[in-house]
Amino acid sequence: MSLDGSLEKLRREGHIVIVGASIAGLRAAETLRAEGFTGTLTMIGDEPNEPYDRPPLSKQVLLGRVPVDHTRLPRRRTVDARWRLGVAATGLDLAAKRVHLADGDAVDYDRLLITTGVRARPWPQELEAELDGVFVLRTSDDAARLQRRLNAGPRRVLVIGAGFTGSEIASACRERGLEVTVAERGAAPLVGALGGVVGEVAASMQREHGVDLRCGVTVTGLEGDSAGRLRRAHLSDGSTVEVEVAVVCLGATRNTEWLASSGLGAGPRGIACDAGCRAFDVRGIVTDDVFVAGDVARSPHPLFGYQFLSLEHWGNAIEQAETAAHNMISASSDRRPHVWTPSFWSAQFGVNIKSVGVPPMADEIIVTQGSLAERRFVAAYGFQGRIIAAVAFDQAKWLEFYQRQIEQAAPFPPEFATVDRRPEGMHPVPAEFPDPSMPSHGPTVTLSGHSPSERRISFTPLRA
Amino acid sequence: MTSVALLRQITDYANRADPYPLYAELRKTPVVRDETGVYLVSTYWEIHHLLHDPRVSSDVRNLSPEVAGAVGQVEDPNLPPSFLRLDPPEHDRLRRLAMRPFGPPHTPRRVYEMRGELGEIVSGLIDGFRDRGQIDLVDDFSYPFPVTVICRLLGVPHEDESRFHGWADTIAGGLDPGHGTEEEREAKQQAIRQARVDLAGYLAGLIEERRRSPRDDMLSALATGHGPDGQMSPVDMVITSTLLLIAGHETTVNLITNGMLTLLRNPDVLQRLREDPDLVVPLVEELLRFEPPVQFIPHRTPLSDIEVAGTIIPKGAPLYLMLASGSRDPQRFLDADRFIPDRPDNQHLGFGSGLHNCFGAPLARLEAQIALTELTRRLDNLRLVEDPPPYRQNAVLRGPRHLAVAFDGLKQ
Repeated sequence: MSLDGSLEKLRREGHIVIVGASIAGLRAAETLRAEGFTGTLTMIGDEPNEPYDRPPLSKQVLLGRVPVDHTRLPRRRTVDARWRLGVAATGLDLAAKRVHLADGDAVDYDRLLITTGVRARPWPQELEAELDGVFVLRTSDDAARLQRRLNAGPRRVLVIGAGFTGSEIASACRERGLEVTVAERGAAPLVGALGGVVGEVAASMQREHGVDLRCGVTVTGLEGDSAGRLRRAHLSDGSTVEVEVAVVCLGATRNTEWLASSGLGAGPRGIACDAGCRAFDVRGIVTDDVFVAGDVARSPHPLFGYQFLSLEHWGNAIEQAETAAHNMISASSDRRPHVWTPSFWSAQFGVNIKSVGVPPMADEIIVTQGSLAERRFVAAYGFQGRIIAAVAFDQAKWLEFYQRQIEQAAPFPPEFATVDRRPEGMHPVPAEFPDPSMPSHGPTVTLSGHSPSERRISFTPLRA
Repeated sequence: MTSVALLRQITDYANRADPYPLYAELRKTPVVRDETGVYLVSTYWEIHHLLHDPRVSSDVRNLSPEVAGAVGQVEDPNLPPSFLRLDPPEHDRLRRLAMRPFGPPHTPRRVYEMRGELGEIVSGLIDGFRDRGQIDLVDDFSYPFPVTVICRLLGVPHEDESRFHGWADTIAGGLDPGHGTEEEREAKQQAIRQARVDLAGYLAGLIEERRRSPRDDMLSALATGHGPDGQMSPVDMVITSTLLLIAGHETTVNLITNGMLTLLRNPDVLQRLREDPDLVVPLVEELLRFEPPVQFIPHRTPLSDIEVAGTIIPKGAPLYLMLASGSRDPQRFLDADRFIPDRPDNQHLGFGSGLHNCFGAPLARLEAQIALTELTRRLDNLRLVEDPPPYRQNAVLRGPRHLAVAFDGLKQ
């Protein structure tokens, strides 16, 4: 079926395929229907479960407050789709406009949306990863398994990597009364996402809640007993920790392997797309009928020097999906750019953490409201004389103001008086982000390359 | 009509029944400096942004001294301000302490678990209309219902409620911007101070009683509670419970009365509500947008010179956020002057927003939902006797003083 030049026909009777049935895929499907797409819609997802919400998995679910099957996403409207759940996509034929599935089937499309997201990076030593007691946390099945094991009351849990997921798991374990050791390669928890100044606050929170926090170390080995049960972890400082459970929180890997030979610009850093969510092919030419949204996408952001941003943020997945869906069924003159201001939140150790902007771009930080010592504060991040990001601990209601400051490229340090300004908030200090070349737990924001000024084309093929 | 005289016209009692044309006039200039030196902000996004702006203070002690007296914003030097008129960190600490026995995270089910009790109070009041064909909705229902609720919640004995009526009304009058001659304003301020002192004395006694023999109410919880923030000082307990009491007395009454007035002016909506009681949830939100019980916030001031929609509002200037106008801003709401009970995307300013977002909002919502559902369900052929009804003096906490309604009979 050729639909070239026939947008109306596409909207009326075209076939749209969405690969990836999590929040981005579902919200895109709903948007397509809400905007009047009446053709055939196929949803393909490798997990057997209906679309569910992930943020509660490391919080309420681990605490046992919400059963794992109560995390299904609320539906905004009916999507009237053909659901192919539990079947992974294995290949893409751009010329034939066809998606190949793991069960040997194939689905043709007129327009394709890729929302395959990311998966937890596994423990790199395969034999150790298979020990009974070694977990990752990304899917609802992961959460169910981990929660069951925590219910059994292990004597000590080891969390490997103190990014947001690792810190939230440590918090849930402490709230359940379990002993926890956290091993973090960087100088403090959350240091990759929020820098060393705020990382120190996170470290003091962990220690005060009884976490055995060890920074500047890596886990060099996991050791099991003769029955294959995890018993011990070896750290790079030569110490060992007796543990029954280890949760590997080393960031995420983008689900792009199935596109390896497709000719799309897809690799370990995601799928590059333009601000209108159209995917680039390996030549750097934008495609007309393949769109990308959510964690797997990386797209240029005008607010941040047109850098390509990969954002593993819940809110980004929703908004980018809505934009992609709109653009898929709109004439080029009606298309919108995806210019979402990055934003995320976390709940840990009784504190609500929320951030806007791109903190890792910053070189300086200033506490504009409240106090680090009280763990109730707002801090603004600066880069080359402008506000680039802000973070709030238990003060999230103010962030909308800082978001507008970021969007308006307001000067840094801020020149205005604020409520609750303390002496410590009078001067900026270095934000203390680690050298990005040093691998830590995966940062939630990845900056990679420039557009449109960048001429160099570098395509990283899939690693073996 | 010149824009500089708009505040005088808004507070003019003659315009109480329908201030909305004045707000529409006001919105032509999003930020207006009134003849009294007050800056009025009337458009949705500008108000919304200022409600989230850390450069804006709620503490009147940050007003420039030369304007503070002129706009009737002098605080009683003998009593500290309530958290409504404080900034962080004092505001945050007091609000957290007050929230502990009222809502999440510490007491998430408190309001939800009052459902049954609220229903009983409403049924009891309506049962009392059995032998009457006409009532004053305000005196017979909208006032006694939330007053009973707030007194039970706090733990104030029912027999003392009538004494509160006078105190609460007088103190709430203090939210009204100054008008009249200087002598009249001074007399009013004096009456407010006296009412505060009397009410404070009464509450101090009651709190002491609850401290010695606690019950399941908020005063007992404030008097005996211990959390990470410690405990409120005795003075703060009195100030905070005064605030909650006044808020419980003077706002929900208007939400319910404005709600019935709006329904009776829109009989098709009233009929829809009878047929589909679930409609009440979005309907109450639309009421909060369309006829909000709190029309504007008259006590903010910038800590620095700030630019809003091209106008510099200087540090220390009195700043009024015209919530009711913002909620009718056609730049934000389609058909802003129409009452649409199931309006989508209804982020109204009825409860404010940001840090000082209405403390009692969950309770007010539930009270209005139950009241409007039951009144429309049980009163047959309900109709207005007088439209517009007589209004209360207060321009901030705006609502009818009386609302005469007639009906033909009572359903069970």
